[in-house]
Amino acid sequence: MSLLSVRDLTVKFAMRDGNVTALNQVSFDLARGERLGIVGESGAGKSITGFSLMNLLSSPGYIADGTIQFQGQDIVNLPDAKMRNIRGNRMAMIFQDPMVTLNPVLTIGQQMVETLKAHRRLSKAEAEQIAIMKLRQVYIPSPEERLMQYPHELSGGMRQRIVIAIVLLLDPELIIADEPTTALDVTIQADIMELLLELCQSAKVGLILITHDLGVVSQMTDRTLVMYAGRIIEAGSTREIINDPQHPYTQGLINALPQQTAPGQRLKQIPGSMPSLTAVPKGCPFEPRCAFATDVCRSTPPEIVRHAHVEVACHEVNRLHAPQQEGQSA
Amino acid sequence: MSILNTIPEPSRWSRIKKSKIGYSFRSNPVAVVSMCIFVCITIMALLAPLIAPFDPYDPAQIDIMNSEYPPVWIDGADPQFLFGTDDQGRDLWSTILYGTRLSLMIGLCAVTLQAVIGISIGLISGYVGGRLDSLLMRLADIQLSFSTLMVAIIFLAVAQAMFGSELFSRYAIYFLIAVIGVSEWPQYARTVRATVLAEKKKEYVDSARVLGFGPLRIMVRHILPNSLSPIFVISTVQVANAIISEASLSFLGLGMPPSQPSLGSLISSGFDYIFSGSWWITAIPGVVLVVLVLVINLLGDWLRDVLNPKLHKG
Amino acid sequence: MLAYLVKRIFQAIGVMFVISLIGFAIQDNLGDPLRELVGQSVTEEVRQELREELGLNDSFTKQYTRFLGNALHGDLGTSYFFKEPALDVILKKLPATLELVFGATLIIVCLSVPLGVMTAIRPNAILSKFIMGASIIGISIPVFLTAILMIYVFSVGYGWLPSFGRGDVVHVFGDWDTNFANVDGLRHIIMPSFALASIMLPLFVRLIRAEMMEVLQSEYVKYARAKGIRPWRIYFVHALKNTLLPVITVGGVQIGTMVAYTILTETVFQWPGMGFMFLEAVNRVDTPLIVAYLIVVGFIFVVTNTVVDLIYGLVNPTVKLARLGA
Repeated sequence: MSLLSVRDLTVKFAMRDGNVTALNQVSFDLARGERLGIVGESGAGKSITGFSLMNLLSSPGYIADGTIQFQGQDIVNLPDAKMRNIRGNRMAMIFQDPMVTLNPVLTIGQQMVETLKAHRRLSKAEAEQIAIMKLRQVYIPSPEERLMQYPHELSGGMRQRIVIAIVLLLDPELIIADEPTTALDVTIQADIMELLLELCQSAKVGLILITHDLGVVSQMTDRTLVMYAGRIIEAGSTREIINDPQHPYTQGLINALPQQTAPGQRLKQIPGSMPSLTAVPKGCPFEPRCAFATDVCRSTPPEIVRHAHVEVACHEVNRLHAPQQEGQSA
Repeated sequence: MSILNTIPEPSRWSRIKKSKIGYSFRSNPVAVVSMCIFVCITIMALLAPLIAPFDPYDPAQIDIMNSEYPPVWIDGADPQFLFGTDDQGRDLWSTILYGTRLSLMIGLCAVTLQAVIGISIGLISGYVGGRLDSLLMRLADIQLSFSTLMVAIIFLAVAQAMFGSELFSRYAIYFLIAVIGVSEWPQYARTVRATVLAEKKKEYVDSARVLGFGPLRIMVRHILPNSLSPIFVISTVQVANAIISEASLSFLGLGMPPSQPSLGSLISSGFDYIFSGSWWITAIPGVVLVVLVLVINLLGDWLRDVLNPKLHKG
Repeated sequence: MLAYLVKRIFQAIGVMFVISLIGFAIQDNLGDPLRELVGQSVTEEVRQELREELGLNDSFTKQYTRFLGNALHGDLGTSYFFKEPALDVILKKLPATLELVFGATLIIVCLSVPLGVMTAIRPNAILSKFIMGASIIGISIPVFLTAILMIYVFSVGYGWLPSFGRGDVVHVFGDWDTNFANVDGLRHIIMPSFALASIMLPLFVRLIRAEMMEVLQSEYVKYARAKGIRPWRIYFVHALKNTLLPVITVGGVQIGTMVAYTILTETVFQWPGMGFMFLEAVNRVDTPLIVAYLIVVGFIFVVTNTVVDLIYGLVNPTVKLARLGA
């Protein structure tokens, strides 16, 4: 049985002039201890996917359709109290900006102890012992003193380590990390990612890493989903997707990486921008920016199909693939 | 991978905003009703000399024998006095019309004065910056920490003692406008300063400066229009507050004299008769005052909801 | 923290200095102390002599320095009407006013927090909508009208509560008599306190609601939910603590404002406090008493504001460090 199984997840936002579909029939699985990357531009629906998994969508967003099975249990319709037992306990989340995720008026100790006490019957002293142990695991110096400190007394990197320690407190089976290093200094980003990878590998914890950075995904994950305008457009093993992308959008993303560009040359950006969710084209959502678009692309949205070693949602994938591969290997 | 963000042009933005205001107004019954009542009260107050059956300022039309007649729907009323008469025998309906006119006028003039002082100081403070800015804002803090009502009470009390009540009551209206107008400037100054600081960083201000426009022109033509919506929101609340302040001061006998009553002084003169059962001298002007302030506050609330982009994110 | 404290105290002294200047200017221009002293039946010569003797012909600075020196020793002149030191007259009335402010503050604190939190966490409940509607009506009714309405209903109409005065007070010590010690005293203070609270309560409910709703949208509240924390703990520990910080700053200013509104409530209920006394002093042109009131009230404002700022600094962990570094 897989750890997590998402089928046809559809999320809508109730707006004044009708509903907007933010996630469109997203399906994927995650095995125990597997690490999955979700890649896409901002607004592609990555974070919404993350929050849906925690059942933490705030209004006006709601899950309109689909199922999320976590260890065989459907959590979409789970009562609040039961869902609360899962959150932070069996499934934990790391937020984007550590500067704003920790409550400014509570000490680190209070925020760690309350998490433990929400799920386990523990005395304060016992909880603090566990907290100190976890802080050590994320290489925080003199953890005993940290417990008395307020978040603003610590640096951004330190705070994200503490958030990771909080996530580890209850030994969850799944960690959802939503752009965990975007808000941090470049020098610290690599440290945090390395720490996260190390912890996940050693404890066999499942990880869903949400990011816009393909480079990070390639180092951290086993499998990758590429999202565009609320849909999965390409899914497969990370190695295959990085080395041999099938969807023109994924190809564009990889070509736009600075490593793919010779020094002095302009970065090869994908022309145009992602459609706003209120105005998604009725055919393939990528069609307006796609150099290979045909009439079919303009009229019908593509199904996701198996092609080469990955799954991809593109009408023209057969036609595209051969020449593009040569370009890649050159 | 980066996406080009298109920045909407300001003129188009304001047009969208305008149409949104129109839409939200039409679809909000509270706003529509409030607006109707406000317009009605304003028109009636403006046309008081035409509508009112009596002139409360004309001693010849007042007969003390007519005092304390109840409103027409109560036994013992005199049909020529719709809302009854006050303690001096004045027709209450006429007196209320004139009184509302005074209350509205003092409120609007005081807020205009506040806005002129506050906006000028806010623009200067934000644009010049540095020492002057911190000095002015410190002053604003201190001014705000003293309640307007307290400052007004002390100022008017001293003025009354200094000039004698005869002279004071003749110029009471100017004193009221001046004191309510001067003591609330920080509200405007702070808001305008905040927008100036935000706008100053933007490119169009730089380009205007490069083009050789003077600071005055930049402030008035370029920066001020961008602070209009917060100024609008503040103004509604401030008019409501100014009317309440005026009524309170007049109630204390530090504002409009009984011979030329605003709503506050009318309520005050009626208060002495409330124990003898003549409730209407207090109650009817009281209701008018509350309704007037309430509709302005409701309009202010609605405006803030519409113009505050924060609330529209969720 | 120390540097911050010193800075705040210096600012407070500066403001008091300006207030004393205003007080002096009022005293200097308002009324003629000679006439109060000897009446009008004295010759011009005697007058001049007395002026000289009293130092009324001295330069402005000299007179002001004397005024300030006396004020620092607690001498704010002698009330023309009471023939007593003005400060003593005011201090005798102070407890009545402070008890009124205390009663109103108690009502505001006890009601505004639960109502504000409730309307913030259940914005669409009928009760919340009712509270919000009532609050905007509350804001629109001037204090004196609320007071009159209460008198009309509860005193004139039903005869439940007394309409004026402090009633049967219990002596505590010095000049302090309290309303909070027996039933009659409590009956007398109920309506004035509610009337005084009526203007601030809706403001506080709306303020707490607005702040709370903003805090509930914050990332740290979302994160707390993601940790599986119980809702009541999120509302009352995570959110309320952050909500109260801005509320404290506004609250401090509003306590000052409340002193101004005591003049209105005390007038309506003939409450024998400072505000009632002040209006009487104005009608009698009792200059020393007017000036003394100005200085005492100015002092109360400055002290509350300074204390509130310092409390804010103590409660807010982020301020502490920022100020320490500065």
